[in-house]
Amino acid sequence: MKRRDFLKNSVFTAAGTFFVPAFMKPFEALALNELSAYKNLVVVQLSGGNDGLNTVVPFGNDIYYQKRKSIGIKPEQVIKLNDMQGLNPNLVALREIYDQGWMTIINDVGYPNPDRSHFRSMDIWQTGSDSDQFLSTGWIGRYLDSNCETCKLPYSAIEVDDSLSLALKGEIKKGIAVKDPNVLFRNTNEAFFKQMVNSSKDNLDEANLGYLYKTMIETSSSANYIQQTSKIYESKASYPNSGFANQLKTVSKFISSSLKTKVYYVSLSGFDTHVNQLNQQGNLLKQYAEGMSAFLNDLKQHEKLDDTLVITFSEFGRRVEQNASNGTDHGTANNMLLFGGKLKKQGIYNAAPDLANLDNGDLKYQIDFRHVYGTILDKWLDVNNQNILNKKFQTMDFI
Amino acid sequence: MEREDNFNAIKHLYSRAAFGISYPSLKNLSKKNTVKVVDELFKNADKFEELKSVNEDEIREQMALLSSLGSRKEFTTEEKEKRQEITRSQNERSRTLNIDWLMRMVNTSAPLREKVTLFWHGHFACRSNNPMFAQQLNNIQRKHALGSFKTLLIAVSKAPAMLQYLNNQQNRKGRPNENFARELMELFTLGIGNYTEQDIKESARAFTGWTYDAKGQFQLRPNFHDEGNKTFFGKTGNFDGEAIIDIILENPKTAHFIARKFYIFLVNEIPNESHVKELGDYFFSKQYDISAMLKKMFTSDWFYAASNVGTKIKSPAEFLVNLSRVFYVTYNRPQVLIQLQSSLGQYLFNPPNVAGWPGGKSWIDSSSLMLRLKIPSLVLNDGQIDFSGKADPEDEAVIALDKPANAKPKPKSYVNAQSDWAKFLGSLPKDIKPLALAQFLLQPPVNQKIAQMISDNKGLKSTAIEVTSLPEYQLC
Repeated sequence: MKRRDFLKNSVFTAAGTFFVPAFMKPFEALALNELSAYKNLVVVQLSGGNDGLNTVVPFGNDIYYQKRKSIGIKPEQVIKLNDMQGLNPNLVALREIYDQGWMTIINDVGYPNPDRSHFRSMDIWQTGSDSDQFLSTGWIGRYLDSNCETCKLPYSAIEVDDSLSLALKGEIKKGIAVKDPNVLFRNTNEAFFKQMVNSSKDNLDEANLGYLYKTMIETSSSANYIQQTSKIYESKASYPNSGFANQLKTVSKFISSSLKTKVYYVSLSGFDTHVNQLNQQGNLLKQYAEGMSAFLNDLKQHEKLDDTLVITFSEFGRRVEQNASNGTDHGTANNMLLFGGKLKKQGIYNAAPDLANLDNGDLKYQIDFRHVYGTILDKWLDVNNQNILNKKFQTMDFI
Repeated sequence: MEREDNFNAIKHLYSRAAFGISYPSLKNLSKKNTVKVVDELFKNADKFEELKSVNEDEIREQMALLSSLGSRKEFTTEEKEKRQEITRSQNERSRTLNIDWLMRMVNTSAPLREKVTLFWHGHFACRSNNPMFAQQLNNIQRKHALGSFKTLLIAVSKAPAMLQYLNNQQNRKGRPNENFARELMELFTLGIGNYTEQDIKESARAFTGWTYDAKGQFQLRPNFHDEGNKTFFGKTGNFDGEAIIDIILENPKTAHFIARKFYIFLVNEIPNESHVKELGDYFFSKQYDISAMLKKMFTSDWFYAASNVGTKIKSPAEFLVNLSRVFYVTYNRPQVLIQLQSSLGQYLFNPPNVAGWPGGKSWIDSSSLMLRLKIPSLVLNDGQIDFSGKADPEDEAVIALDKPANAKPKPKSYVNAQSDWAKFLGSLPKDIKPLALAQFLLQPPVNQKIAQMISDNKGLKSTAIEVTSLPEYQLC
């Protein structure tokens, strides 16, 4: 062996064992038990553009009622959190969660030069790009690509759905979509599929064919692992009967059975409320709150709440002024709701939206959503956010 | 041996430049040399037939009605219902347009033209809620698919769908909107890094006043157009949009950018830079004649090199069209094709953004691969899918409006398709062996493992289903 190669190899193998003091080690070289290996993140996506102002209602601001003559939530109906803001009455199930200190509200999260197209703005949120930048990988996908000690498994990120969102797609690695672990297990254990998986050792070198076989093998082994690990656990908690609550129940099953998955992704859609908003958003918020409440209590029961951080976002908020159809049109900045047992700043994180100071009828953002992502990446998932968001974002103080 | 090489070469050509080939045609064409076969492929593509799925009169009437309502603040219940009805109807027409194009690709006798239309569909990626606009743009891309890139580029730039999508409708003298100018250079012609921000600002002014009228026709509005001097790529003059396009085309980087994209679409996701340069130079020297460049590509030795055969991941559209074409599939409930496209990640007419579908490995993740492996047995053997794709926010809102909070999940959908097995099996030689059938259906070489898997001859039908359910079938 040449001297240079030897040095290279020995550095490679020895890094993180005894030569390097622990505080100088890159995250990647830390041993599993030094990391927050059991911490996990649950991302809840509200698709369609949830109206943040009717979710966390600024009832203390007259402008709100001037702009929302027929769809403003009346002060006596609001679940008051302080003198200015309170929850939509359909979120009543979150009252107790809030009082326990398991909830944080971040107001006015957005990004510069906001885009009002659902698709584009959702892409921006899922990829963590600038508004004039097109990325084909998601922020969680790039977290997987970073190949950190706790995120290199093929099931490091699970979306509880039939198909995988851009957020979970990296360049090299991708999350896995699992709506029902039993169905996936059945599919990957069909005779023909097994035969393909078992006889596939020779194709792994070939570029695209190798990638297909590798994906297939990983899917199969993930399906086995997920099914075997999670089947031992059956939740006794009762969840409301909704598709959204079912997704959360599945996530709880995974978390409570200590699956080595770091990120879970679920979504609830239908928030594009241009017409007759009160009913439609009300129904959805009720589903959301009741599902979340059951989920968080279930996690608490299984002593997993302290290891779990839940974030909720939507691709944009809606315009401050209602439209002529008792609805609201596409807007910009929006609140994010965070949940967990270890929140550092509980309750309302920052000032309520300034309705007197709008940008062409839209809220101005106070916080770039990538500061929220960056904080989670740095402080919760133990990776350097610069490597994932392509530039460094200052961290915030909610965890 | 030479005959067999030719057989494989033509199969490869048709897998890339078309959507596959039937056994008898392949047998027949194998007797000819490649240049002749390529010529014939282009000759068949001469036929240009507009897609006439959307009735333009109907949409124009709806547009007129909407604009007569549009300026008012309050709507009566009746007016509101009318508006909703129009939206519903247009969404329905958009879905039909999608299906009609997909079935056109399946049944066309000019497959090269449709394949290249599919290329331009991704290159000039655009979304429009107006099905007439979407159809117009699609027909522009079809009409000029194999002609002059300059003519195509100008026609696309004047298409209402594009003017609307990239906000040129708002691009006015004194208040320029730079969206179109930026994408024109970044994504449609030069590629990022080959222009300055100042070039964008100046060229945006040249496109001011490019709008469409109430009937959905291009209209230059002199009042909105900036007649002042613009300085673009070092030249100064009172340029209009077409003059800007001319200057962009004078730069050979545009020819290279387009050639590179074609190479990625038709040859290999990892471009060989010297081949790309060869193509780009030729494209430039032929004044952006698309057919000339493609003929050069299809007659180059490297097009048929082993590293370019059976190594590209089929896009979902290529996958669905190829399967349906080879097995003569009819869909009794064509809506399922929308669901499949959306679940596989390529819902035609709905690209993720103006950059189009990223393609290549990004088509494949665990769930899309599992579904791809399952589709042949569903389509060819009439099964059901346990799969609900992600829906559009607008559609979801409509669904959510009258869905109670505890709604049950949607029922499973049945593919409900029939393949004409008699026709397919009848087109094969009488004594064909499973191995030869696998070699016909797959683009990558059939290895030992596959040969073994199908050696327990359960009949040609089950061999065909097995082979199309392999990861190898995902490649073209």
